[in-house]
Formats: sequence, structure tokens, C-alpha cells
Amino acid sequence: MITVNNRDKLNWQPGMRVNDILKEMNYDYSLISIYINEEYVPEEEYNSREVPDNSSVQIIHLAHGG
Amino acid sequence: MSINIEEIFIRNVPGSRERLIRCRAGIAGCGGLGSNIAVTLVRAGIGELIIADYDRVELSNLNRQYYFLEDVGKLKTDALQDILLRINPQVKIKTIVEKLTPANIGELFSGVDIMVEAFDQGESKKWLINSWSSHHSDIPLVCGTGVAGFGKTGELKTVRIGKHYFCGDQSSDMKEGLCPARVAIVANMQANTVIEILMKGEGR
Repeated sequence: MITVNNRDKLNWQPGMRVNDILKEMNYDYSLISIYINEEYVPEEEYNSREVPDNSSVQIIHLAHGG
Repeated sequence: MSINIEEIFIRNVPGSRERLIRCRAGIAGCGGLGSNIAVTLVRAGIGELIIADYDRVELSNLNRQYYFLEDVGKLKTDALQDILLRINPQVKIKTIVEKLTPANIGELFSGVDIMVEAFDQGESKKWLINSWSSHHSDIPLVCGTGVAGFGKTGELKTVRIGKHYFCGDQSSDMKEGLCPARVAIVANMQANTVIEILMKGEGR
């Protein structure tokens, strides 16, 4: 089981990547910052980085304005 | 008139000036977030700030940015430096007047105890977070995201993930318009977070 943003639960599957999680969560917005168990994941690794079972994944939306 | 600058800080939390005067913070962007953050950190007693922006002050900035009519046309870094030194002439201010990029940010802000992201565009926030993670993963980074509109104070929050902190509602977009109250609240949430981290000794 994977927890997203301390709220949503996703079933874990072997070999699951960051991109799979974004797809399951219907994320198509690109201005985000992603962390697996508090470790920052660079965008170029979304396709390759495996997400271990029981991970806490955090997806932060970077909104325009300042 | 002879004045004792330290008297500025006698109402601050005991012990905070003594610690903050030894700290150096970097601020990327001197707009609605950055200008307000800088002013608060100087009033809190920070010793040194590195402030960066290549823009000049425009009339349309005055609704939320810490500038005055007479600053219009000046470099934001110059105008902000003047304002900060009018609060505390002994604070050290280093200004950077160039476009920040993933290639130069690590070096331009090396030596800071803590870093503040104060850009307005989401794309800029994104590359800064990415670049800071690769250059200075040991130095805390405090970001602003979601400052637009008015009201909804209860939706503003600070989220910590490792050494990264995010202040704001994480959703409102500047297309809604930028209200001075909400921008300044988030700016001060960021400044408050910076102070808390430095006071806990969790800066670099």
C-alpha cells in the first residue's frame, strides 16, 4: 500500500514507478515537486524511480503567484 | 543623536536576535514574497541577507510588494536594500542583479544557512527546487506556493518534507488576482518558518 499526500491510498504493485502513481492519481499537471519517503525525486527520474511498498509519496503543487 | 541599534530588537523573543545576527539567508526574487520576507527577517534581527532579482519596480508592484512610489524604475534589489538599511543600517545586504538559472543558483547562494524561494512563476519554483536539491541538499529551502485571491486564511498551511518547506494553499493561481493581504501572509509564513528553523539550529 502506498500513501499519497498523507491521505490517498494506492495498491502497490511490483516495479511501480513514480509515473505510474501520477497516472493512477490522474495527475497531468507538470508543475509539481515529488518526494518518496521525504526524499526529493528529480523529474528525469519519474520514469525510472521505483516506489517501494509502504512508501509515503508527497506531491506538492507549485502554483503561480508571488 | 546616538542610538543603540540593538534597542530595535528588545521586544523580540529573548535570545532570538543573538542567534539570528549570526545567520545568513538567501532570497531568490524580490517581488511580493521576497520583499516582504526580507523586511520581516531584518526586523527579526537576521545578520545577513543575499537578495536577488533583475527586475525594476513597476507601478503594478505597489499593491503587494514592499516598495514606494519613488522606487518605481529602480532596480528592486537597490530599492529593497535601501529600505532594509533604513530599518537596520547594520544589517549586511548582498545584492545579485542577474537572471537566476539552474546553472548559477548553487554558486551565487553558496554559504547561506537557509534558502528562500520567492519567485512568481511556477516553472521557476520548480527548477529552483530541483537545482537546490542537487547543489545544496543539506541546506533548508522554504518555498511559497498558492498565494492568490483573498480570504481563505484557514487554507494557508506550511508543509515540511525533509529539508523542504512549502507555505501557501498549494492551489490558488495568480490568474485569480493577487491580494496584498494573502501574499503578505504567505511571505510572513515563509519568514516565520525561516526564523523557526534558524532558532532550532537546523540551518546549514
